[in-house]
Amino acid sequence: MELKRVVVTGLGAITPIGNDVDTTWDNALNGVSGAAPITHFDASKFKTQFACEVKGFNAADHFDRKKLRQLDLYAQYALVAAEQAVKDADLENDGINKNRVGVIIAAGIGGLHTFEEEAGYYATHEDMGPKYNPFFIPKMIADIASGHVSMQYGYHGPNYGVVSACASSTNALIDAFNLIRLGKADAIVTGGAEAAVYPAGVGGFNSMHALSTRNDSPETASRPFSKSRDGFVIGEGSAVLVLEELEHAKARGAKIYAEVVGGGMSADAYHLTATHPEGLGAKLVMQNALEDAGMKPEDIDYINVHGTSTPVGDLSEVKAIKEVFGDHAYKVNISSTKSMTGHLLGATGALEALFCVKAVQNDIVPPTINHDPEDQDEEIDYNLNFTFDKAQKRTVNTALSNTFGFGGHNATVIVKKYVD
Amino acid sequence: MSEIASRVKAIIADKLNVDENEVTETAEFTKDLGADSLDTVELIMEFEKEFGITIPDDKAEGITTVKDAIEYIEAAKN
Repeated sequence: MELKRVVVTGLGAITPIGNDVDTTWDNALNGVSGAAPITHFDASKFKTQFACEVKGFNAADHFDRKKLRQLDLYAQYALVAAEQAVKDADLENDGINKNRVGVIIAAGIGGLHTFEEEAGYYATHEDMGPKYNPFFIPKMIADIASGHVSMQYGYHGPNYGVVSACASSTNALIDAFNLIRLGKADAIVTGGAEAAVYPAGVGGFNSMHALSTRNDSPETASRPFSKSRDGFVIGEGSAVLVLEELEHAKARGAKIYAEVVGGGMSADAYHLTATHPEGLGAKLVMQNALEDAGMKPEDIDYINVHGTSTPVGDLSEVKAIKEVFGDHAYKVNISSTKSMTGHLLGATGALEALFCVKAVQNDIVPPTINHDPEDQDEEIDYNLNFTFDKAQKRTVNTALSNTFGFGGHNATVIVKKYVD
Repeated sequence: MSEIASRVKAIIADKLNVDENEVTETAEFTKDLGADSLDTVELIMEFEKEFGITIPDDKAEGITTVKDAIEYIEAAKN
């Protein structure tokens, strides 16, 4: 059976550096940091008091009161990003067979705030017996964003969520890619959403020593590949892409941003939270993705790394890139956009795939910000091109995005300029 | 309208996102005010919280109209 080709025909985003795709992309190219003191709750007693939050988002502009009661913030972000992507792809029009349109929107955690509010309420009202809100479960579960989007647009195709922690939305994209190339759907609205900048999220990651505690300088805290990096900066938001079967897209005259050409998956099988020190899973996942795309390492022009700005993770990913790419590792552009957006957890893969799509569309690579040339880690080879400080113009035919999640899940996608 | 009745109506209008004029005494939560089964459970919980009472499940099932709610709560408070 011949596999079908899959293209990207719609984009949507609400992120710490912009509430739509154009603003997010412009700010990424201009090296704008989304980090600031936490506003979602009083973080004064927490080790980390800053995050990359979405700014200027007013839920009432998007949802009525009744609807809002059903929606955790993560699902609100998913619906907002999905609306942009569906509109961008013109996927609401009457000519679409909605039985052939799916939705696979991932979350690494899901409705964490809903959970802590409800569980906290029960804990403090024990004398009254269990009093859980009937929307507690359907607001919290990590698959519900896909359900909401299907109900909003009447899409009856494949529908579920995907969970692999910080690799979740890359796995969602790969699932969507596979289903479409197998002919199981004409189009899939896919991506990720997360909203965990709440006490349980920040406190939980703090206790693992996973977050930066650079409270005196939030905007420079996410500094991948610098010696003084001290953890990731938690982010939130959503990115959604419409993936579509090529002939279906052409037949309806859809605008084509790029082609999805490969997906790779692997496991570290090593530790709950730490990446394999030699980058074993990272190496495998990039090799798997290249093999799936039928490409050689030399075909890749840009790698959007997972690069979270943690001491261990950044090192093992660099080792893996050098092993997989050999001499070409010095010619490819590498950048961590998490230096600007923070780490959107389950939404990060979709956002970074979106950046890869924009990079191949516009022949420009967004930078890794916050690196001081003096701040060198002796274990990192700075002859690699980390695209520090400024976006770099270059031909970008093909871009690869890595994501790694707690549990040792690794997922990588490759996108390429669309050529008929 | 009693004080309880006006508080009950305000809760219903807020939770179901309907105009308070629509919340007549004979209105049924599901048929007239657009509530589904989850909304109805949440309404009962709001009444419990607002009035400091407990409404057992078998009684809650019988509360389907605005009037049912007002009468139940008035009886429980007296």
